[in-house]
Amino acid sequence: MGIVKSGVYFWQGNEACAEAAIVVGCRFFAGYPITPASEIAEHLAWRLPQVGGIAIQMEDEIASIGAVIGASWAGAKAMTATSGPGFSLMQESIGYAFMTETPCVIVNVQRAGPSTGQATKCAQGDVMQSRWGTHGDYSAIVLSPNSVQEMFTLTIRAFNLAEKYRTPVVLLSDEVVAHMREKVVVPPIETLEMVNRKKPKPGDKAFFGLEEVPPMPAVGEGFNVAVTGSTHDEYGIRFTADPLVHRRLVERLNGKIQNHADEIVDVECCNIEGCDVGIVAFGCTSRAVYDVVEEAKANGITVGYVRLKTLWPFPDEIVRKLAEAAGKIIVPEMNLRQVYYEVKRAAGDVAKVVPFNKIGGGELITPEELLKKILEVVRGRD
Amino acid sequence: MTEAFSIKKYLRDLKLPFCPGCGAFTVMNAFLRAVHELGYEDLSSFVFCSGIGCSSWIPSPYFLADSIHTLHGRSIPVATGVKLMRPDLNVVVFGGDGDIAGIGLSHFVHAARRNLDILVIMVNNMVYGMTGGQVAPTTPLKAKTTTTPYGCFEYPLDAVKLAVVAGANYAARWTTAHSNELKEAIKKALRLKGFRFVEVVSQCPTAFGRRIGFKSAAEMIKWFRENSTTLEQAKKFSEEDLTTKIIIGEFIERHRPTLTENIYAAIKEAQKIGQN
Repeated sequence: MGIVKSGVYFWQGNEACAEAAIVVGCRFFAGYPITPASEIAEHLAWRLPQVGGIAIQMEDEIASIGAVIGASWAGAKAMTATSGPGFSLMQESIGYAFMTETPCVIVNVQRAGPSTGQATKCAQGDVMQSRWGTHGDYSAIVLSPNSVQEMFTLTIRAFNLAEKYRTPVVLLSDEVVAHMREKVVVPPIETLEMVNRKKPKPGDKAFFGLEEVPPMPAVGEGFNVAVTGSTHDEYGIRFTADPLVHRRLVERLNGKIQNHADEIVDVECCNIEGCDVGIVAFGCTSRAVYDVVEEAKANGITVGYVRLKTLWPFPDEIVRKLAEAAGKIIVPEMNLRQVYYEVKRAAGDVAKVVPFNKIGGGELITPEELLKKILEVVRGRD
Repeated sequence: MTEAFSIKKYLRDLKLPFCPGCGAFTVMNAFLRAVHELGYEDLSSFVFCSGIGCSSWIPSPYFLADSIHTLHGRSIPVATGVKLMRPDLNVVVFGGDGDIAGIGLSHFVHAARRNLDILVIMVNNMVYGMTGGQVAPTTPLKAKTTTTPYGCFEYPLDAVKLAVVAGANYAARWTTAHSNELKEAIKKALRLKGFRFVEVVSQCPTAFGRRIGFKSAAEMIKWFRENSTTLEQAKKFSEEDLTTKIIIGEFIERHRPTLTENIYAAIKEAQKIGQN
């Protein structure tokens, strides 16, 4: 079959991600088997050739993202998918993609680390790695789906942001969201927003500056583009000692993301104007929050929440707004405190920020546990 | 090929970074002469990928062409993505022995195994030159480098033989003392399909030659010429004698179907299903 048709589907998260990639125009995938992300590679190996695309299994994750970067410079929308260990191996190349302004999408289906950890078990421990994993000064765009539907819509958005800002974008999923099966509504394809990178006009020469997001040629189009991960000027020529060239380049690269944080940030909010307690959650953990809002209400407590659909840039303003209304914020996450510190940084002066962490065996934070925590916090026992 | 060779038309107007006496000049010259003699007026049908190291500077940014200067060791993966999406372009990788046979070795082996349609030119100066002359996977036994001050205690890798067993369609080795043979090998490689590998044993007078007793680049080139032996001649030497020799010539030429041929055949099949 060709591109998936509008309709209602019962998909696994990884399957939804793969179908969305095809919808948004991804025609190159390179990856390496790893639990719990392998279904993306398997699905695209089957489906991409049907639409004339290429899927190849490389010798490791470093080669996978390398091939993705090469395909992107050959004009393709390109993607890889991995989990923690592979994501670690890709970090140097993510920095390269950032420095060379190479649009691409990296899916990280999180599992329990560090190291090999618990390969089949869910975790949310790569939040900070997705922001700070590569060396040097950089800014990351990281999206966080919490349903199979969002594995579809946020994969499309990941490509759109990558193309718009000419930068690598991470879809930071987790084992639960990637492996569960749910209803997915695929809207009419023509109603979906699709962004394609800005192409240069004949005679253009500056592909690495002058504009905040410069036009991007592909190789073989006659532009004689010189791509390098070394510090370079607007024309791609290396300047490895000039302080001004480095400053100008690296500040622009960071600025093109930081200055547009408002357009990139995407959250789901509830009761943030007035509530007794606030919750900031993301990914699989945020699914427990929906139940808790109702149950807390039965206990006479209004819960407000900000659910992070984008982890980076971090939505400081909206989190602060929730903090001001709630005075107390709980941050449940399947790691040993990562988003917690961000909430504290954004709103620690206006609200008490309470961590709520659980790791191991892929055990989720349940609505019951979260409700118990809410009652403790509201009634002043925490 | 009536027009006289002019290297300038293939180059950007930039000052080259190489030390006096560097073998990169010879490799650059041989490659562009090969391109010229094959009738390419410009480099518009080429894409160059290189990694980190002095020889990765041969194409980038000096060639007036599309060039991707990748991370250390990752030129071949990037070239894989480029070639698979644009099978119509000539994708050529330049790299040093550290880049190709050290940090990037697994990509080299797998690209040869896949018979990926690229030409890899490895400039083997037997040392990490750019970083000051550290031991490389190609450094001869007992040679002194900055990280083997008592002499190298490892055996060097034969990347050409490795390319042959891994599945390359073409593999050859020449030295900077054989610039004409090198140019002819590059011409031949550019006309063939699949994974093609040309190793050039080259001099680094700055970070290697002077430490192992050579006073000049010319002395090193003389050393290459006098110590080179053809594959035919090599049969007469013992294995031990060969450790001090450079075996030159074409090690393989074959015509296995290539990765792009195989992958696009598979896509064609899949698209028939895709239409249903």
